[in-house]
Amino acid sequence: MHDYAFDIAHLLAGSLVLVSFLLIYQDRLFALLNVFALQALLLAMAVAWQAYIQGAHHLYASAAIALVFKAVIVPWALHRMVRRLGIHRDVETVVGVVPTMLAGMGLVALSILLMLQLTAAAENALAREDLAFALSVILLGMLMMVTRRNAVSQVVGFMSLENGLILAATGAQGMPFVVEISIAFSVLIAMIVIGVFLFRIRERFDSVDIEALDHFRGERR
Amino acid sequence: MMGVGVAATMAAFLLALSLAAITIAGRRSAPSIIYGLSGAACVVLALAAIIALATRAEATSLTVPIGLPWLGAHLVQDALSAVFLALLGIGGAMASFYAIGYGRHEHEPQRVLPFFPGFLGAMTLVVLAGDAFTFLLSWEIMSLLSWALVLAHHRDEGSRSAGYLYLVMAGFGTMVLLLAFGLMAGAQGSYEFAAIRAVERSPGIAALVFGLMVVGAGSKAGLVPLHVWLPVAHPAAPSHVSALMSGVMTKVAVYGFIRVAFDLAGPVEWWMSPIIIVIGVATAVMGILFAIMDDDGKRILAYSTIENIGVIFAALGLALAFQANGMHALAALAMTAALLHAMNHMMFKSLLFMVMGAVLNATGRRDLDGLGGLIHRMPVTAFLALVGVTAISALPPLNGFVSEWLLFQTVLQSPQLPQPALQFMVPAAGGLLALAAALAAACFVRFYGVAFLGRARSGDVAGAIETDRWSLGAMAALAALCVLAGILPGYLIDLIAPAVDIIVGARILPQGGNAWLTLVPVADVRSSYSGFLVMVFVAVTGSAVAWLVHRLASQRLRRGPAWDCGFPNADPITQYGGGSFAQPIRRVMASVLAAHETVTMPPPGDPGPARHTAGVEDLAWSRLYLPLASAVTGTTIRLNALQFLTIRRYLGLVFASLILLLVGLAIWN
Repeated sequence: MHDYAFDIAHLLAGSLVLVSFLLIYQDRLFALLNVFALQALLLAMAVAWQAYIQGAHHLYASAAIALVFKAVIVPWALHRMVRRLGIHRDVETVVGVVPTMLAGMGLVALSILLMLQLTAAAENALAREDLAFALSVILLGMLMMVTRRNAVSQVVGFMSLENGLILAATGAQGMPFVVEISIAFSVLIAMIVIGVFLFRIRERFDSVDIEALDHFRGERR
Repeated sequence: MMGVGVAATMAAFLLALSLAAITIAGRRSAPSIIYGLSGAACVVLALAAIIALATRAEATSLTVPIGLPWLGAHLVQDALSAVFLALLGIGGAMASFYAIGYGRHEHEPQRVLPFFPGFLGAMTLVVLAGDAFTFLLSWEIMSLLSWALVLAHHRDEGSRSAGYLYLVMAGFGTMVLLLAFGLMAGAQGSYEFAAIRAVERSPGIAALVFGLMVVGAGSKAGLVPLHVWLPVAHPAAPSHVSALMSGVMTKVAVYGFIRVAFDLAGPVEWWMSPIIIVIGVATAVMGILFAIMDDDGKRILAYSTIENIGVIFAALGLALAFQANGMHALAALAMTAALLHAMNHMMFKSLLFMVMGAVLNATGRRDLDGLGGLIHRMPVTAFLALVGVTAISALPPLNGFVSEWLLFQTVLQSPQLPQPALQFMVPAAGGLLALAAALAAACFVRFYGVAFLGRARSGDVAGAIETDRWSLGAMAALAALCVLAGILPGYLIDLIAPAVDIIVGARILPQGGNAWLTLVPVADVRSSYSGFLVMVFVAVTGSAVAWLVHRLASQRLRRGPAWDCGFPNADPITQYGGGSFAQPIRRVMASVLAAHETVTMPPPGDPGPARHTAGVEDLAWSRLYLPLASAVTGTTIRLNALQFLTIRRYLGLVFASLILLLVGLAIWN
């Protein structure tokens, strides 16, 4: 039973990282949003599995929140926004996809190296590997924010970063439930705020390319 | 309770007076009211401190629930604080009374009045502070208010750049002090002086605290090479403020150094003392050399302040050397010399700054070569100035001689020190101090001779009239103090003996009861000095010579040649001037002063004049400050690009630093 638990948790967390790479790879906005929904779904499953093997029932609630908000509401809202704003549906990248993927692999290697080293004293192998995967997801989310120009894909990068945080929080036993709830809600609010901003940017500049903002501030690049 | 209560009340009163001054500064009567009340508060402060010293009062303390919530403001008055409170009170009172007259000439009194009492109050609080927080806060208030006073004449470009330089140096000094007190408080973070005193600290930490203190307090006092702000900032302020800054504020810095180095930081190692002695001696010699070279009267006085601070620090270094070797009686001698010189310097430097203020008001000039012949126009000021320059040149029977003599008595005891390094170094330092004293005399002969004697060197002197009564009164009081402290030094030394006792754990022999008011620092057989007898001797021989000359020489009718070496030439420029006086010393000391001298001859056939230009340069500027400043400017200009990045690049920077830290962590593990 224990081996099963380990393997499935490992599989789910690993899939999250894999999906993070998929996010980086996407060059269409709708596909990006779909992949993001998939990541949120996997996150919900991972959290639910953790709830099952840890016997921590409040984590089911976390899983439900992840499922409802991040796998359904947020992608749906972003879909709607993209359609209503009539955004150019290409994802404009700063760095090419291949170098970004290579950098992402480097980041995963770094986080695994770091986490396995740092937590060498801990006995719970599951938690260690989970943390390593979670850190990878966080770093990949940040990488995505840095290498994309489009505001929508930056939002997706931010959300996926947050997925990594939730994964880390549930993997480590004993994280207070309140913390998870508040993280979930703050992310939701962040999405609302960012959404409002997107509309404002779009109204003013006819584009959600954040470069327009930089031009507006009169900055050189 | 009594002692500290009075002082704390006066400090609070002075700070409140600053606030009140904001509201009434515009009125015509405001200067008299504000300066009068400040002066009265300072008189009370000085009297209370002197009474506390004379009655050998115990240390009193007071905790006011202001400041950090768990700490409050601790105020303590012990004998050391009392000595500096007396110094501050006398200096502050005289500057205030002087300003009742002098301040009438101020064009914008609202730029001076609100800051003046607060400056005095903040200095009082620095001396009273019994915890690190109160000390640093008051120190910073003192710096900022004096900065505002330096900027009183802010329309003058020179004042503005002086103010900026002062602000930078003061900020740097406070930062260093902050580090020193942080180190002393240690990880437990007890900021009360009593708790700091009790902490055991490793020699490394103690040495670090000591070094930081030298830099922090030294930058305020004007130790070379941290002195560069002083000769520009002190003269930029109105003269009564210059008197306070030079006479009193530098002493507050000396107080801070003594309090930490001798009292709080714990036992000192002997090797720290030569550092202080070297810095002190270098400061003394460099300060007075630049004073001789300068033409601006107030700047000469500011440079001379640097010299005197150097002398005080050299004495403190000697005290450290003796103290570290357990020779408490000799440490007491050195410490007495330091405190006495601090006291004396307050008297004559305040007096001379006031004299320069009076001259500035009367003529509108402070460059020596634009003055001359003032002894005819301002006879009383000229006489008081003579007392001041005699005192500052360390001539007997005035007070400057007493403290320098005590210092040299200490130097003569150096063979008793066990360390060979000190045995060799201290006599050399003594020689350089003697050089500084001689140069000081030359400097003030030049100062007095060029400004007050001879014939007027510019038309501005012709309209000069004697200054007002308040100013004269304050100057006369300071001159009287210089004379009294010169002929009755024993009583002054007995007064500061309790302070010496609590710092070094010993005191020199009581001096008050000696016959003929004689000073006997070590033992009767070794050396003694009686200011009173010297004064009587000087008076008697002086009168006799005057009478003889008058009797034998003046009555004969004499005829002189019509063209006496060109001197009766009407042009005052033919007189011996400030530049002429400085030239020999500039040439001898050319390498130290980075002196330059060029003669430009017109080409043959050109009737234009040949030009001779000469000047000196402060090496601290070109070797230390300018490279530092250009490095800082260059870095900031390069970093300026960071202001104009895109949002994505800012995110990228955050991301990159995170990755860098993670990689660092991975490698470090």
